[in-house]
Amino acid sequence: MSAVRSTVSGTGRKDEIVNAVMTDWEQRSVVRVLPPVQPRRLAKVPFVELADGRLQGVVSSGSDVERVYVSSITAGSHGLSCSTNNNRPCGGLRGAPCKHLHALVEEAVLQYGGASVARYLRVDVEEPDCSAADLLGRLHGRPASIPAAVVFSRFLRHLAYLEVPESTEPVPELHWFPATGAVR
Amino acid sequence: MRGVQLAELLAGAAPGVTEALDAVSGFDEALVPGLARPTEEQRDALAALAGAVAVTPLRDRVREAVEKVAAGSLADEHLAMLAGARAALLGAVHDALLERVDAALGRSRAAWTPTETAAASAPENLLAGVRSWLREIAIAGWRGVDDELVSASAQTVEAVLAVPALRRLAVLLDGLAAELRGASPVASMDRLPVRRWADLWSRALLLAQTGGVSEWGATPVSGRLLPLGVDVHEHGTAVQVQVYAVLECADAPSRLVRASVTAAKVETIVGPAVWRLLRGTPVLLGALAERRALEVAEMPLLPGGDLVWRDERARPGDVVEPFTVARLQLGAAHAPAVPPLERHPVRIAEPVLVEGYTVTVSDDGQARMELDGHSLALDMARLPGCGPLTPGLVAASSSCLGLLRWDGGRWLLQPLGVQVRNRRGTTETHTADWALGPTDAKVVRAAAKAGDAVAVLRERAGRLLRR
Repeated sequence: MSAVRSTVSGTGRKDEIVNAVMTDWEQRSVVRVLPPVQPRRLAKVPFVELADGRLQGVVSSGSDVERVYVSSITAGSHGLSCSTNNNRPCGGLRGAPCKHLHALVEEAVLQYGGASVARYLRVDVEEPDCSAADLLGRLHGRPASIPAAVVFSRFLRHLAYLEVPESTEPVPELHWFPATGAVR
Repeated sequence: MRGVQLAELLAGAAPGVTEALDAVSGFDEALVPGLARPTEEQRDALAALAGAVAVTPLRDRVREAVEKVAAGSLADEHLAMLAGARAALLGAVHDALLERVDAALGRSRAAWTPTETAAASAPENLLAGVRSWLREIAIAGWRGVDDELVSASAQTVEAVLAVPALRRLAVLLDGLAAELRGASPVASMDRLPVRRWADLWSRALLLAQTGGVSEWGATPVSGRLLPLGVDVHEHGTAVQVQVYAVLECADAPSRLVRASVTAAKVETIVGPAVWRLLRGTPVLLGALAERRALEVAEMPLLPGGDLVWRDERARPGDVVEPFTVARLQLGAAHAPAVPPLERHPVRIAEPVLVEGYTVTVSDDGQARMELDGHSLALDMARLPGCGPLTPGLVAASSSCLGLLRWDGGRWLLQPLGVQVRNRRGTTETHTADWALGPTDAKVVRAAAKAGDAVAVLRERAGRLLRR
C-alpha cells in the first residue's frame, strides 16, 4: 500500500514513460489510487481542496454566520487571495497571510497531510511531514486576485451533493470502490 | 466453506481464463499512451482483442471497429465496440470463476431468464457528452490526462448526477474523475492502475450508450429476511451499503438476496458518520445494528437478486445471530443469476462461512487464512472505517462470515463479521454494528470531539445554497 500511495502522491515520479509489462498491481481491478482523507472539524473551514492549481477553500466568518471568506494559495507562485463570497477583499490580507489563510492551511494539512499540501503548492520543506506553521512560514507569495466566484461555486457544488436523494437501486459499479480504513 | 471446498476453489485456473485476461491486458496497455496514433504494438493488441471474440456474434462489428481505430479513426461507435468486446471477455472470465465457486460450494444458482422492460429514457445530449469525454481520454491516453482534461468532465458529471436514471453512470464517472484529478498530471506517475482505469472507462462507455442500461422487471416478495453481513462501498462522493441476506418465502426455497442503499456524500464525511447519511431506511439500519431479522411484505426483487428496498414495507423481527443463519441456511440457499452487463470478476461477492482456521501474516503484511492445509488471502483493506471490524479482530477470530472475491488472479476473502473466542466466551463483531451510531465509548468520544460533519455541512448548505 505504501508503494501505491507514494506513486500517486508523487514522490519518485519519473519523467520518462515506462512501458513495463503489467505487474500484479497493475492487473488488479481494485487498488487504492487516492490517499485516505483524514476526518477534521468542519465548523471553521467547511471546504478545502487541492484543485485548479490552487489550495483553495471556504472559511466561515467568525462574526457573521451569513458570511464566508473564499481563500486560496496558488501553487508555485504562492499568490495569496482572500475575499468574501461577494468579492469584498479581506481586510486582514496585507502582504502576509491573513487568519483565514492560516485556517485554510491548517485544515488542509489535517485533511491531506502536510506532505501532500507542500508538494501540491511546491513549497520547499525540510521535513516531509511538515506542520502548517512550517508551511506558512515558507510561502513567498504576495496578494494576488483570484475570482472568489470560481471557488465559491465549487463549494456550492460540493454542498449540493448532500441534496442528492438516497437511492435503493443497486449500484454495481461501486464494487470497484470498497470502503476501507478500519485501522484503530 | 470447508477445507475440501477451498481446495476445489483454488485448483488451477479454468481453461481459457489466462488467455482471455491476456487479450484484455493488451487492450488496457493500449489505452496508456492513447489511441491517437496507434503503434504496431497497439494495433496487434487490438487485433488480439478482435480475435478473442471472433467466435461470438460480436465478431464482424468488433473487427470493423478495430480496423477503423487502427487506422486512427476513433468514432464513438467504434470505441463502444472495443469496450463491448473487452466486457464480453471479462464477462466470460466472470462466468468461469463463478461456476468454480458454485461447484466448490455446491451452490445452486438461478438461470437468467427475465424479460426486459422499457428502459427509462435518459437525455441523449448528456450521454453524448459523457461519450465525448471518454473519447478524449482514449485519444489522449491515461498518460495524456491532465487537470484540463479532468476539469472538462465536471459539468457533464454534474448534469448526469441530476438524472436519477443515470445514477450508476454518475457515481462511476465521479469516482474515476476524482482519481484522475488526484493523479494529474498522469504523465509523471511511475505506475498506473492500468486494469482498474480501463475497467472504469469501458463500463462508463457502455452505460453511456443510448438505451445502455436495461431495466428488468421486479417481482414483489414477502417473507422473512435474515441478514448475513454488510459490505460497504465508498468513494469521495458516494457511499453504498449492501446487505447480504437469506430470504425465506412461504412459496419458494430460501434465496440469497441483497439490499442496497446509496447516498451521495463529500470526501470530508468519513468513518461512522456515513451512516447518518442514510436517513430513508431506519428500519433496515435498526435491524442491522440490533442483529434482527426483518419481515418484508411486497418488497420488489430484481432478477439479479437485489431487493429494491422500501423501508415502509419492512418491520423488525426477532433477534437472529448472523452466524446462526449462516450455519443453518447458507449452505442450501439458492443464489441469483447475474445480470448480463454486471458480469465482471469485480462483481463476484459470494457469502461464505469459514470456521476452524488459523490466520497467518507473512513478511510482506499479507494476512492469510489457513484451513486444512489450504490457504486463502484475507482482504483486510476492505474492512470499512464506518464499523468496528478491524484487522486485529479478524486475526484473532475463529469463525468468519465473508464475501469470496477474486482480483488480480487470486481469490480473496473479505470479512463481514467474525466470532472471537476468549476466556469470557464468544464475542461477535460485524461491519454494520454501528449502523445506528458507534457503540464503542472511545469512538463516541472521538466523534464528539470531531463534531458533526454532516450537520455542519447541512447548515452551510441551508444558508448558502438557495440564494
